[in-house]
Amino acid sequence: MVLEIVSIILSALLTENFVMVKFYGICPFLGVSKKVETALGMGMAVTFVMALASAFTWIVNKFLLIPFDLVYLQTIVFILIIAGLVQFVEMFMKKSMPSLYSALGIYLPLITTNCAVLGVTLLNVQNYPDSFIYSLLYGVFAALGFTLAIVLMAGIRENLDEERVPESFRGFPITLISAGLMAIAFMGFSGFSI
Amino acid sequence: MDISNIIIAVCVVGGTGLLFGILLAVASFVFEVKKDERVEKILAVLPGANCGSCGYAGCGAYAEAVAGETAPVNGCTVGKAKVASQIADIMGVADAGAVEEVVARVHCGGDKASAVYKYEYSGILDCVAASKIAGGAKKCLSGCLGLGSCKAACPFDAINIENGVAVVDEEKCQACGKCVRTCPKGLIELIPKKSKVWVGCSNPEQGKFVNQYCKKGCIGCKICEKACPFDAIHVVDNHAIIDYSKCKSCGLCAKKCPRGVIHIKQKPAQPATENKELV
Repeated sequence: MVLEIVSIILSALLTENFVMVKFYGICPFLGVSKKVETALGMGMAVTFVMALASAFTWIVNKFLLIPFDLVYLQTIVFILIIAGLVQFVEMFMKKSMPSLYSALGIYLPLITTNCAVLGVTLLNVQNYPDSFIYSLLYGVFAALGFTLAIVLMAGIRENLDEERVPESFRGFPITLISAGLMAIAFMGFSGFSI
Repeated sequence: MDISNIIIAVCVVGGTGLLFGILLAVASFVFEVKKDERVEKILAVLPGANCGSCGYAGCGAYAEAVAGETAPVNGCTVGKAKVASQIADIMGVADAGAVEEVVARVHCGGDKASAVYKYEYSGILDCVAASKIAGGAKKCLSGCLGLGSCKAACPFDAINIENGVAVVDEEKCQACGKCVRTCPKGLIELIPKKSKVWVGCSNPEQGKFVNQYCKKGCIGCKICEKACPFDAIHVVDNHAIIDYSKCKSCGLCAKKCPRGVIHIKQKPAQPATENKELV
């Protein structure tokens, strides 16, 4: 039990990091990683959505879709839930953190179409169809893995701004190269298992 | 295929959607943000071109800045005095203040007949691309490339390329400044609309070189300087520059210029009809 939990946490955070290994959620990863502060805000928003989405979709899948034999509707129902949650987060942020709301801009509603969120819900019902706790745990730590990747990337990009990058590599090219190097670094975790 | 399968599927998906809809409706009341009503009213009277000539990201950003009282009510150069007075009404400001009407004008008159070309350009029809190849096809490095990047940038369809030089249609120009930012040679400037003269050259080289490049290039002879009764035109960097705070649009400089560099705006055929469609 304990071993399994530790293994879920490690795989979600490092060995199967959503951005760096599975390549989910690249759009906000590149779009909102200019500053550590907004990257952290984005990471927190995604964490909130992914945790709630994991919980809701697991319940809906277990008690609604499976009993009624509607598993083929998984994708559309899950997207419905995710869209509703994102809308909720957006309202909440607009009210309580207007500065973060305007800093995230279009990327906040775009969490809806962030494949990391749909990915985690679909992986959950596939891998942990019988355990709510494991699903939630995987959802939360996969999101924290996303946050880790985007914050690291933001830190790198903040430093890159002050470097003398060759003109043709400035901006997105060097960002993509750094992202690739980060992904290679994360591959170092792949042999790691408990 | 049993019909009940379909009904169950519809009920499950529809029910989930309905549940979330209700939750969101409740949440929208709980987390309601008081929005400044004036923002939407201001947005309604703005032209909506999102040209950015006010210095803000678009009409929405400008409307918010006005409502937040960080921007002047007469900041919209496209809407001019009429929009300024409407915004002043919304904001409860008595006087809108004058809007300086400006218009884009091109500091180059080197058309195909006048300018000397050093090679024939047959690349992408874009001034920025052309300017990367030895500064463009014209010998004059300050010459209009005539490929129409400004024309493509203009949201009001006010620029035409006539005989290899960009020409602004002043009736259509709303002075948004997009062409000014687009031109790789920096040839376009926003000039007060009431002024009728402008210099059609901006080459900073000496007269003997300009003479080799273009028949309509300013050679810095200073005849206009001597002709101007208001001390409004001066030769700086080997070409004439008009000081519009002093210029009275008498047109003497344009008459005296031996090379026809200084342009005079032709009077439109039907005067005194401007702004009518706006009001």
